[in-house]
Amino acid sequence: MKKIEAIIRPGQLEDLHGELQEAGFAGISVTEIRGYGRQKGHKEIYRGSEYNLEFVPKVKVELVCPNETVEKAIKIIINICKTGKIGDGKIFIIPIEDAIRIRTEESGESAI
Amino acid sequence: MKISIKSMVAILLFAPILIFGADSIPTIEKNAQAIADVQNNANFIWTLLAAFLVFFMQAGFAMVETGLTRAKNAVNIMMKNLMDFAFGSLAYWLIGFGIMFGVTATGWFGTNGFLFSDFAKDGDPWLYAFWMFQVVFAATAATIVSGAMAERTKFVSYLIYSVVISALIYPVFGSWAWGSLYHGGGWLEGLGFIDFAGSTVVHSVGGWAALAGAIVLGPRIGKFTKDGKPKAIPGHSLTLAALGTFILWFGWFGFNPGSTTTANTDIALIAITTNLSAAAGTIAAMFTAWFAIGKPDGSMALNGALAGLVAITAGCANVSPLSAVIIGLIAGVLVVYSVVFIERVLKVDDPVGAVSVHAVCGAFGTLAAGVFDVGGFSWSVVGVQVLGVVAAFLWVFPAAFILFKVIDKTIGLRVTKEEELEGLDIGEHGMEAYPDFEKVS
Repeated sequence: MKKIEAIIRPGQLEDLHGELQEAGFAGISVTEIRGYGRQKGHKEIYRGSEYNLEFVPKVKVELVCPNETVEKAIKIIINICKTGKIGDGKIFIIPIEDAIRIRTEESGESAI
Repeated sequence: MKISIKSMVAILLFAPILIFGADSIPTIEKNAQAIADVQNNANFIWTLLAAFLVFFMQAGFAMVETGLTRAKNAVNIMMKNLMDFAFGSLAYWLIGFGIMFGVTATGWFGTNGFLFSDFAKDGDPWLYAFWMFQVVFAATAATIVSGAMAERTKFVSYLIYSVVISALIYPVFGSWAWGSLYHGGGWLEGLGFIDFAGSTVVHSVGGWAALAGAIVLGPRIGKFTKDGKPKAIPGHSLTLAALGTFILWFGWFGFNPGSTTTANTDIALIAITTNLSAAAGTIAAMFTAWFAIGKPDGSMALNGALAGLVAITAGCANVSPLSAVIIGLIAGVLVVYSVVFIERVLKVDDPVGAVSVHAVCGAFGTLAAGVFDVGGFSWSVVGVQVLGVVAAFLWVFPAAFILFKVIDKTIGLRVTKEEELEGLDIGEHGMEAYPDFEKVS
């Protein structure tokens, strides 16, 4: 099992979510975050003083899936979220030791 | 020397005249003049108080518009509303009032009174009171458009439009319908057109300009799918939208009853018709949304209140309370279907329903003022109402459309895609409305 963490532009969440659902990925979690990699934010002026908007609003999508479907998920994310411009985001793959469904107490791949 | 009682009385009776002069003797003419002065002063007080209530409607519009749009554009909405009133006041003082109420040779527009040029020193200050009342109406028409054009309009382009509507588009039509309230005279009012407080003059004028703007702009990014299906873009604060609606309802008690510009007992009936129509509109819109769409949608109920208010504005002084209820009920149903029609069929993106509330219900309200006239139903009266509604559309929509097209071709009307996604607050104003909150588009 792997956890896929994708940091993407907020405007693309809806399309990505639709595609992932169609492809059969059962559950995802979404967090609103701010951050930057190579994409710089803005310096603005508020009532005469400098005001830093370095952290750019992004969305973090997390989903846990069996190893066999990781490639498919990555392909979908890149398909939807790649614009070619700086700020497209990042995908991180993290190994998952185990997953347990609280309602039925089952564990392993049947829990995701 | 001894003074007799008679002399004492005589001295006491005439002492006031000796001390204060002959002016203090009450005469019938002087009393009549004093009574007329009191009525005149009361007219000033009522008209100005009503003007202040209508001014407060600017806050109402600001709250409704920001409540029904996203947080990343809130500063921009506030600025558009603020500048509508600021630029509108000056534009109306410089040009607009003269066009609307100046002396006219043709009955199509006025030609004097710019910058209060026809106010003589020690002249009648009624001009100032009347102007104050009229400028807040002009500003109401102007600010209707900012809702339909929200979230994607370049700020400087919007300012240009705002000046033009207050200086030209609104006053020209206003002169046709209301010019004789001061020094002018319009061809439309000459035919007996009924629009007591401005269902057409203010609301339809604003509404048709809003439609033109929304069409020239195009829909917001993400509003329609590739197959043209509309997607919801929920507003960020229904609480602000509700606050705005209550403020507008409150201010409307200046808008409608104030249009008497006279302190008399007529204002009581007008307040009643205004309130009943608003209430009926709210209820009708809520139930229509409930049955037609599935749930008592809060934003539709709010739009329903405004629809009722807009619809009664033309006939508030010449329809019965029962008619006011009927007018409100119809407006409430109409606004819900209009919002859906404009979005699904015309595929025009109107973020706050401005076109449905103001243009459509303004037109309906104007017709209703003819149909429900307490004087009785008459085809010729209704015919003039239809003429007025059509004339407003034929003047305002093309004029606004051309204006927006010209702006678009010269400096651009719409912001860039990147700016629209990031939010106009940062792109146009260099700040955020809610810097302490995390937010996502």
